Amino acid sequence: MAQVVPLADAVAEVVHDGDSVALEGFTHLIPFAAAHEIIRQGRGGLTLIRMTPDLVYDQMIGMGCARKLVFSWGGNPGVGSLHRFRDAVQSRSLEIEEHSHAGMANAYVAGASGLPFAVLRGYRGTDLPGVTATIKPITCPFTGEELTAVPAITPDAGIVHAQRADRRGNVQLWGITGVQKEVVLASRRSLVTVEEIVDTLTPVPGAVVLPSWAVDYVSPAPGGSHPSYTQGYSVRDNAFYSAWDAISRDQSTFLSWMRDNVLSQAAGTPPPPAARAPEAPGNHA
Amino acid sequence: MSWTADEMMTIAAARRLHDGLSCFVGIGLPSTAANLARRTHAPGLTLIYESGTIGAKPDHLPLSIGDGILAETADTVVSVPEIFNYWLQPGRIDVGFLGAAQIDRFGNINTTAIGDYADPKVRLPGAGGAPEIAASCGEVIVIVRQSRRAFVDRVDFVTSVGFGRAAGDRARLGLRGHGPRTVITDLGILEPDPGTEELRLTHLHPGTTLAQAQEATAWPLTAAPTLQRTEPPTPDELQALRALT
Repeated sequence: MAQVVPLADAVAEVVHDGDSVALEGFTHLIPFAAAHEIIRQGRGGLTLIRMTPDLVYDQMIGMGCARKLVFSWGGNPGVGSLHRFRDAVQSRSLEIEEHSHAGMANAYVAGASGLPFAVLRGYRGTDLPGVTATIKPITCPFTGEELTAVPAITPDAGIVHAQRADRRGNVQLWGITGVQKEVVLASRRSLVTVEEIVDTLTPVPGAVVLPSWAVDYVSPAPGGSHPSYTQGYSVRDNAFYSAWDAISRDQSTFLSWMRDNVLSQAAGTPPPPAARAPEAPGNHA
Repeated sequence: MSWTADEMMTIAAARRLHDGLSCFVGIGLPSTAANLARRTHAPGLTLIYESGTIGAKPDHLPLSIGDGILAETADTVVSVPEIFNYWLQPGRIDVGFLGAAQIDRFGNINTTAIGDYADPKVRLPGAGGAPEIAASCGEVIVIVRQSRRAFVDRVDFVTSVGFGRAAGDRARLGLRGHGPRTVITDLGILEPDPGTEELRLTHLHPGTTLAQAQEATAWPLTAAPTLQRTEPPTPDELQALRALT
């Protein structure tokens, strides 16, 4: 059964120095509040795993949490570069393991499925297998066709954000569900941060439910996906994504922003107000 | 009405998306062109974003491939493993629409790194969904501004395969789609030579010249014998594009 505990306590249990850690959320439901708590707890030597490093890993890389990054697309969507990531790679201070989205998505599926690797029709003819040791050709035993294998991703810690959980720790999320289910099931320890804890999880079309017994920790973190968003609770703060370009371009501006907005805040502090969407379905009193 | 080279490029790209097709859309210029097509001549175009949104009908341009407006307006939203495995991989999607940092004479795309991979001059975002979009969509349209820096003889890193190194490479690699049939730039349109699969100029946009296109290309660019002039943007196209951006 999942334990419903404050965010700082859950992060201390789930993330240790040197761990492999996957914070997922495909544009939607990115667990920023949990990342900020990892930064405040001073974790280091981490192997960070994430399809789209996004601002969340730009911040963790810039703060020195990461030894290695496993990823498939490292940009600021619609804006440009992730400057802390880019500087770290160009100065060769961050080890990288690089995939395509299809490769990483399948590697998470293998992890969630308890398989050692995944097979896909991907990467063929590209230069990626030449630079990434975890991409290998494999021959279909039935047809003889040459396909591609990637090893399962099984992080020490998997962390996602979701709309809500009930008091027993059953989690419900909807909208763009990305690889949320796969990363929780693939990880040795898991933490789900939620906008709110409710008495009853009213069904929502298209929702994913993670039963309490498949999750280790649930922590309330209202607004905890900002500047990404939580459908039904907030909208993506596109202005912040654009503003990040200037904040992060220079390491000293970046550090002063992190000091003022992350390091000096207590766990669970709501983020700067973002536009609020209408209330989530099923929560009207 | 006057127009910019970027507007001509986006409109030329939108015209290539026929009504009733399904289109896997990258963010940026591809998303702008695909949404323009849906609002003008192709209302039945199915827009698919790698976030798992199938049949998205945004009323404004999304900044990312996962903006809420895409999920809220989609016919269905599927997980990321599902969009790649069930929808893209078997070849169900007609057109893949990609951008590029570098593209070479055989339509191979680099979005990974400029210079040496281990010690890059410029680190780019990387692959994302592009390698499998380029492999598995029925065909690929690339939209990219033409310059010697972007149009290189050979890309520094093959992130996504166009026609490989020679005619027949796609079949040898087992890639099922037909590859980059169309490359649309701010100067004109390039398409593969039917014999060699090398990109050559098939259209010049109004006001541009072959010499200008050759100057903006780092390989010896040739023109197709049937080199044509792109129709200028119509007022309707320009108005729809400006309303969108």
